[in-house]
Amino acid sequence: MSDRLAVRKTYKLYVGGKFPRSESGRSYLVQDSNVALASRKDVRDAVVAARAAVKGWSGATAYNRGQILYRVAEMLEGRRDQFVGLGETPADVDAAIDRWVWYAGWSDKIAQVYGNANPVAGPYFNISAPEPTGVVGIVAPPDSPLLGLVSVVAPAIVTGNTVVVLASEGQPLPAVTLAEVLATSDLPGGVVNILTGRVAETGPWLAAHMDVNAIDLTGVPDAELARSLEEAAAGNLKRVVRPPATPIDWHADPGLGRLTAFLETKTVWHPKGV
Amino acid sequence: MINHEYVHGRQPTFRLSRLGGMTATATSAFAGIGRSDAALRTFLHGLPGVDQVGAEQRAAMLGTRSIKTTAKAWAIDLAIRMVDLTTLEGADTPGKVRALCAKARRPDPADPSAPAVAAVCVYPSMVPVAAEELAGSGVHLASVATAFPSGQAPLDVKIADTRAAVAAGADEIDMVISRGAFLAGRYAEVYDEIVAVKEACGDAHLKVILETGELATYDNVRRASWLAMLAGGDFIKTSTGKVPVAATLPVTLVMLEAVRDFRAATGRQVGVKPAGGIRTTKDAIKYLVVVNETAGEDWLDPDWFRFGASTLLNDLLMQRTKLKTGHYSGPDYFTVD
Repeated sequence: MSDRLAVRKTYKLYVGGKFPRSESGRSYLVQDSNVALASRKDVRDAVVAARAAVKGWSGATAYNRGQILYRVAEMLEGRRDQFVGLGETPADVDAAIDRWVWYAGWSDKIAQVYGNANPVAGPYFNISAPEPTGVVGIVAPPDSPLLGLVSVVAPAIVTGNTVVVLASEGQPLPAVTLAEVLATSDLPGGVVNILTGRVAETGPWLAAHMDVNAIDLTGVPDAELARSLEEAAAGNLKRVVRPPATPIDWHADPGLGRLTAFLETKTVWHPKGV
Repeated sequence: MINHEYVHGRQPTFRLSRLGGMTATATSAFAGIGRSDAALRTFLHGLPGVDQVGAEQRAAMLGTRSIKTTAKAWAIDLAIRMVDLTTLEGADTPGKVRALCAKARRPDPADPSAPAVAAVCVYPSMVPVAAEELAGSGVHLASVATAFPSGQAPLDVKIADTRAAVAAGADEIDMVISRGAFLAGRYAEVYDEIVAVKEACGDAHLKVILETGELATYDNVRRASWLAMLAGGDFIKTSTGKVPVAATLPVTLVMLEAVRDFRAATGRQVGVKPAGGIRTTKDAIKYLVVVNETAGEDWLDPDWFRFGASTLLNDLLMQRTKLKTGHYSGPDYFTVD
């Protein structure tokens, strides 16, 4: 019997719940695999998809969002070996799965911790509640392609934001494989959009895009690039998460900083009867 | 058999000899054509059939043209000037129409260099409001009439509808043809109706809506186009926007061929207005390419080509802003309607 010819995989983008090639038709080679090289127009398409998903995702109940994130963790568990095969350490994969579960649990608790009933000098109930910012652009950490990626994406979406992620440039395969997990996890299309390619090329378009509400520069180690992206982000007063001063230990307790970075506080004055 | 009609880069005008021996002095030959169903049927069914595959393939091929940078900027501004900014909802209020008129006069308040649109298109009851808002602006005021969108009303009601809209200040009337009569083969009835409405329009321009989504075949689109032009329509328009299938590129291609051939036959130029379903700048530019390649440059003008649209304008403005500022804009920075 002759040797079977294996089907080779092209790693594509993940935009609006689909896996398109780059609009530009370009690709680059990583670990002997072709990976789509996103262009500025892919950024544009991803932002359109993310914006379209905001209403449904932020309008879903916190409980429902939590369930979907748990589902992501379940699917990830089933693909554990695949991630290990891509070069992830088993410890990293386990930590990534646990991180989904940890953030999933926060979906219906964040309003209780960061919301408040405020005492006011008048006959009103005064209530503050955290709400999602909207579309968040994320530059994922280049050095931790799965755990780092999960650690920046999960906290942004669990509160109801939608995201456009620029995956690790040098190690994009786990990001695209994660996209396959997300696509089979009941996560509505457009909530997470993942672009592979050159951050220096696509980053400025994402940072300057007027329809993006916040940008997370955690994965931009180049201080000069980070500075220019932050300047571009000022055009529509995006919320900006700056790159860390010292490298982040992704295995450590993540805290709530990334959850709250992409929240707005809505305060409601409601007249008390009598 | 290869249909050579679509094989060449530019489709040749079909010779009028194929239209039953008519020549370039054909205006007179068309004179008595509306007298009877039989005469109209003989003529309309004598028109060459449309090669469906060829038309769709050619429209798709023209849709792949790449229009960039300065050409794109020019196309965007032209497309804005061609927009018939439309609101045709039961929920239209005077306030909404006023807001739409303000937008028509100055589509992008942040950029005075953005041109005004061609016209505002409303229901007859909203014409007085719009007329007041648009007075002196140079923006035309179109009103749908003749029992829009179904066209299923007695003729005298349609005439009264038209007269009322014109009296209230509309200088363009968008009428619907009776698709029921057309599909049943009662061509003379449709013809007479268009003639009667045209007469009721007075000085107002008449756009004849064919509702191509209900005509089923490209042959019917070609026939309806000729029928509308013969009866005196100043514009032929694809759709009401109220049925699932609205303007498509191949249908517009067929209609553009019809106006081109009609001008060659009679010397009279008729405009084309695709309406419904054109939402993006990319779509609009595809239409402009088809206009240029089918009817020619003479039609690349708001007097001869219009887009019936509402959401298209915002996308055009966003693309315009992108070209000017160098970064992508978003819907937050433009009005909702």
